[in-house]
Amino acid sequence: MNDERIVRIANGQGFWGDSLLGPLRLVQEGPLDYLTLDYLAEVTMSIMQKLKSRDPNQGYATDFVLMLQRILPICKERGIKVVANAGGVNPQACQQAILHVIKELGITGMKIAIVEGDDIINDIDDLVAGGEAFKNLDTGESLDTVRDRITSANVYIGAKPIADALDQGADIVITGRATDPSLVIGPLIHEFGWSMDDFDKLAAGTVMGHILECGAQCTGGNYTRWREVEDFARIGYPVAEAKADGSFVLTKHDNTGGLVTEDTVASQLLYEMGDPENYLGPDCVADFTTIQIAQDGKDRVRVSGVKGKAPTPTYKVSMAYSNGYKIAGTLVLTGPDAVEKAKLCADVVFDRVALHGVKIPDEDRFVELVGTNVCYQGIVPAPEQPGEVILRVGAKGADRKALDVIGRELAPLVTAGPPGVTGFAAGRPRASEIVGYWPALIDKDKVTTTVTVKEV
Amino acid sequence: MKKQLFELAISRSGDKGDGSNVGVKANSPAIYDFLVKELTPERVKAHFSEICLGEVERYELPNLNALNFILHDSLGGGGTETQKTDAQGKTHGLAMLHMELDVPDGLV
Repeated sequence: MNDERIVRIANGQGFWGDSLLGPLRLVQEGPLDYLTLDYLAEVTMSIMQKLKSRDPNQGYATDFVLMLQRILPICKERGIKVVANAGGVNPQACQQAILHVIKELGITGMKIAIVEGDDIINDIDDLVAGGEAFKNLDTGESLDTVRDRITSANVYIGAKPIADALDQGADIVITGRATDPSLVIGPLIHEFGWSMDDFDKLAAGTVMGHILECGAQCTGGNYTRWREVEDFARIGYPVAEAKADGSFVLTKHDNTGGLVTEDTVASQLLYEMGDPENYLGPDCVADFTTIQIAQDGKDRVRVSGVKGKAPTPTYKVSMAYSNGYKIAGTLVLTGPDAVEKAKLCADVVFDRVALHGVKIPDEDRFVELVGTNVCYQGIVPAPEQPGEVILRVGAKGADRKALDVIGRELAPLVTAGPPGVTGFAAGRPRASEIVGYWPALIDKDKVTTTVTVKEV
Repeated sequence: MKKQLFELAISRSGDKGDGSNVGVKANSPAIYDFLVKELTPERVKAHFSEICLGEVERYELPNLNALNFILHDSLGGGGTETQKTDAQGKTHGLAMLHMELDVPDGLV
């Protein structure tokens, strides 16, 4: 049977802290079948483990639940399903919070599913005993180097359990560390009945997920030719009109800002790209050199032709570990001689910290003069006499209290340093933990995912 | 004629571990062919000599008229460790477009 149905999938948030306007406007301003939201970065999981250790009801994206409170009545009315990796390291608590919100709203007849099995923080010893080495994927180092400092460990799981949850009638699907594209591929498998060994289709879904996953970055956000972008404030978030054959049209709701062209879509395809022929995912390996894109009317780009291969026998694992502390503070220096005075201030800070008996080795020190082309170092020459510069000064180290001394010796420069020191309104900086990132692999056979559906 | 890459292409960049990736999309297939010849990993490495401390890898995407560069060790430690203002290499794309090239007449 020729399935010509169109399924509309959007992404409304690309990271924890992204604007609430994305999801709100996506469900309000045009047709939609699935709203996906991506909350998790490597650092996020570690923060969430810490929150959960203090309170067993925490450890998920709490602002997701607040956002749901606002959009759920519309989603219910229009039949829009929500898929999000907002569960963090505590999908069960997230599910409970959502059930509570739905009851408060007086809505009935909704199914909330959670996908679990990605969080392996408590299984590492068993897994290591069972032969998993968790060597650092980038450096090859042994896990022993950081074993006692691991603060979170999650498997990047795929789309199948999400599709299973939707097959069971879920209106909202919450996962832990599912890959970003999986949030999009899950609904496609559910809607079109794609087989898990139809790698071209899964690769097409992967490409769709990659384009969608950073929200407005494919509709004119962060676009080189930014003067062509109309109405940044009301920039449209991306909507993919998917078909059963794997092709799709990338567009946005009518009467929104931004633009969708071959160039805005290609820009996002290139974002965070590694080897384009081998884009590794849990369910397939997508070949980005096979993607065909073509303008299909105003603010519409057709994407087709995507080829894929079988996935690897391993899942990627993301671990976080505690790796010391860092601190950085800022002061503003005005001219004349802003650069010279900023350098002097940095020296004075470290000298005064030494007078407190705290030694910061040279290699741990950090000094940056914003306004002297630090982002284009060696590419665009710095202006000889910038009218003002921002001094960023700080350090890394194992001793948090020692680093905090730096934070206390910044403001005194306003009265005890050269003239023209200001910009200390943000208050005294404090040292924060450095969360180290440890990528690794795990045999797929060692990971079991489960789906739990609850109804109100 | 000397021209900045700004006139020939668009770009986007982001982080990849302790490095960054810079995607460059040529404004036409003819410009893409020119960039395949001119925008060598060596040339890009030299352009980013004070930012990229590791090697530069290049991948070709003729389907998008695009080249993808991986700039290893370009974030001052990377991810959460770096204290640089541009911790994720967000500006490396625009940095790339500052490159000056000898462009044949009529190409742009």
